[in-house]
Amino acid sequence: MKDFFLVFKNLTRKPLRLFLTMFATFVAFLIYGVLTTFQVAIDAGVELSADDRLVAVNKINFTQPLPISYVNRVKGIENITGVTHLNWFGGYFQDPQNVIVMFAVDEDTFLDVYSEIVLSEEEIANWMQNQQGLIAGKQIAERNGWSVGDRVPVNSNIFSQADGSSAWEFDVVGIYTGADEQADVNSVYFHYDYFNETQSFGGDFIGFMGIRTVDPSLNETVIKAVDDMFANTPFETETVPEKAFNQAFIEQIGNLSLILGSVVFAAFFIILVIVGNSMVLSIRERTGEIGVLKTLGFRSRRIFFMVLAESLLLALLAGALGLIATSAAVDMLNGLGVLQLPTLVLKKEIVLEAVAIMVALGLITGIIPAVNALRLNIITALSRQ
Amino acid sequence: MRLLSEIWTVIVMNVQSLPRRIWMSLAAVLAVSVVVAVLLSFLAMSNGFASTLGGTGSDTVAVVTRSGSQSELNSVIGRDSVNIVSTAPGIAQDANGQPIYSAELYVVVDGIKKSSGTEVNIPMRGISPTGFELRDQVDIVAGRMFEAGTNELIVGQGIIDQFSGFDLGQEVTFGKTRWSVVGVFSTGGSAFESELWADARMVQDLFNRNNSFQTIRILLAEPGDISGIETMIENDPRLILDVDTESDYFAAQGEALEGIVYFGWGISIVMGLGALAGALNTMYTSVASRAGEIATLRAIGFSNVSAFFGTLAESIVLSLVGGVVGAIVSYLFMDGLTAATIGPGFTQVVFTFEMSPALFQNGIQLALAIGIVGGFFPAWRAARLPVVTAFQKMA
Repeated sequence: MKDFFLVFKNLTRKPLRLFLTMFATFVAFLIYGVLTTFQVAIDAGVELSADDRLVAVNKINFTQPLPISYVNRVKGIENITGVTHLNWFGGYFQDPQNVIVMFAVDEDTFLDVYSEIVLSEEEIANWMQNQQGLIAGKQIAERNGWSVGDRVPVNSNIFSQADGSSAWEFDVVGIYTGADEQADVNSVYFHYDYFNETQSFGGDFIGFMGIRTVDPSLNETVIKAVDDMFANTPFETETVPEKAFNQAFIEQIGNLSLILGSVVFAAFFIILVIVGNSMVLSIRERTGEIGVLKTLGFRSRRIFFMVLAESLLLALLAGALGLIATSAAVDMLNGLGVLQLPTLVLKKEIVLEAVAIMVALGLITGIIPAVNALRLNIITALSRQ
Repeated sequence: MRLLSEIWTVIVMNVQSLPRRIWMSLAAVLAVSVVVAVLLSFLAMSNGFASTLGGTGSDTVAVVTRSGSQSELNSVIGRDSVNIVSTAPGIAQDANGQPIYSAELYVVVDGIKKSSGTEVNIPMRGISPTGFELRDQVDIVAGRMFEAGTNELIVGQGIIDQFSGFDLGQEVTFGKTRWSVVGVFSTGGSAFESELWADARMVQDLFNRNNSFQTIRILLAEPGDISGIETMIENDPRLILDVDTESDYFAAQGEALEGIVYFGWGISIVMGLGALAGALNTMYTSVASRAGEIATLRAIGFSNVSAFFGTLAESIVLSLVGGVVGAIVSYLFMDGLTAATIGPGFTQVVFTFEMSPALFQNGIQLALAIGIVGGFFPAWRAARLPVVTAFQKMA
């Protein structure tokens, strides 16, 4: 306890320097926290993919269509519990920049295959009855100010109606949430029939199929069955687990984790240099005092641990503040709702990793001055005064 | 005059005494250089992307797309619309008096990105010999041009760099059809180099496009003048189309990575605050260690203004050195780096990181800001250091 008091007194003896060093550390952990939360949110799209769900797309590329007749043929394949089809709509609301992630789907099979979409019984019933009804994720509904009962016009940048207009009228009949807090609640689904009957070209084609297997271990068997079924037709399929599909989709952007990782690394490198230096300096300034402590009978080892404790305390305090600020920043970013991302969540894993980094940082920045203090000879120390 | 020479003397003294505080000073330099390097890397990325797309379009070519389609991929134009538009005034004509235009297809096929080994979207353009001719700067750099009516294709240089499976002489399978790569073309670093080109009619067949196209490229009689085509589209209710010069069309798409600029600045400013804390620490320590020196100068008649500027100059010098080092490091590692990302057309765009004097200036400005703020407060303390206290501290 006495040692801790000494450590604390040493730490706070130069308030300005303490503040500046802590601030630099704080900034680094804020950057770490926010960027890692981003990374985890991006990965969530992949992590949360259902293991027993497959995506079947046109083998040439997923932007190419498949005939709608494929759905019925896949239904007959063994070891699947359901198949549904989705069509990318290219939607936007009011402003072409305000992209709506929107699919025309088959309502009878959609909710069975994508069971993570949570809607009330009443909402489901309303959707089934209303040909122009759409269901929207909580986040995208909030962003656009939609609530159940609203009638909203959504434009498509791909399809147009027979009269040339690109706007479709919809009734918002349900707002869904996700089974997991990071689940995607940023998409909109509506009836394929409404889409197919009113659009002006490309009828009776679908974008891709979602297939649910009986068990993930049977994925390979089902993949082979589907792709073999359509081999040597003008529309060959490529079926992959949903996880692999989402992963590849993110990879199209580039190596995001490398970019985010490099920035975090750079931030930590800066504080390592700043804090390390300031620790060395403050111990050097105290050379005389350490000499006195040793003269008083403090063991070298005890002084060694006191110095380490000081740098650890500094890193932990500033790091904790950085994490608190991260939590506030994450709330703010979620509230802005401008991000087409799953909800940002400061997860326990991130916090634990941050604490581990704090400890490492405290040890690394403290070790040199601590060793210096350990080795310090009383006579040299006192004569340097 | 005397004040100036005093200030100069103090600045020289401070800078010369830097080696005494070498580790503290290096820490400040290093922190600033990392911040500047991070900033410039992001700026170079977005700059390179914008200049790739910006350099793609030509002022002498007009692009016609379906109204509201936003990208070539989403556009559809029927043969009949193509025929009508080709009669618009203001279109350049060939020797026989025929309008020079090219109705093109733009579809997406799978390729493998070398850096990740995953499937990505590669644009495949169905093009006619006229389409090839109306683009300036196009050159076949290896192999030969595809032959019309065959399953031959030519690939852009960017494709060869970043994606596997499209090397000269290789066979590629799309759906049931096999294509052979017979040539490599260059367009001077523009986004077209990230494309596969083949005969428009063959692409129509493969992708069941019957007789529809996605864009019309039109050679303009007067560079930049699209008014003739514009008027025609406005007056003909059958034409639900947009027209733009190709340079405007692509410049608008090049802004897609602007978010990176904001992200880069945001991160750099936050990191810069951390570096600023380091700079302040360094400079306060410097003032403390020079307290005796400053007091001595004051005692022999130097003004406190010189103490102020001496300290400020030291901080600025350190930050500028950091800024220059950061800029050089970022130039060495980032400039010319080739990468591919998904562009506004929902396909991969190969681009090169590009540093420029303007970006360099941005980096130096950030360093300077850190140096000035980081030096100001410690300089203030130096200027107000009472002579007596300073001597007491020395004792």
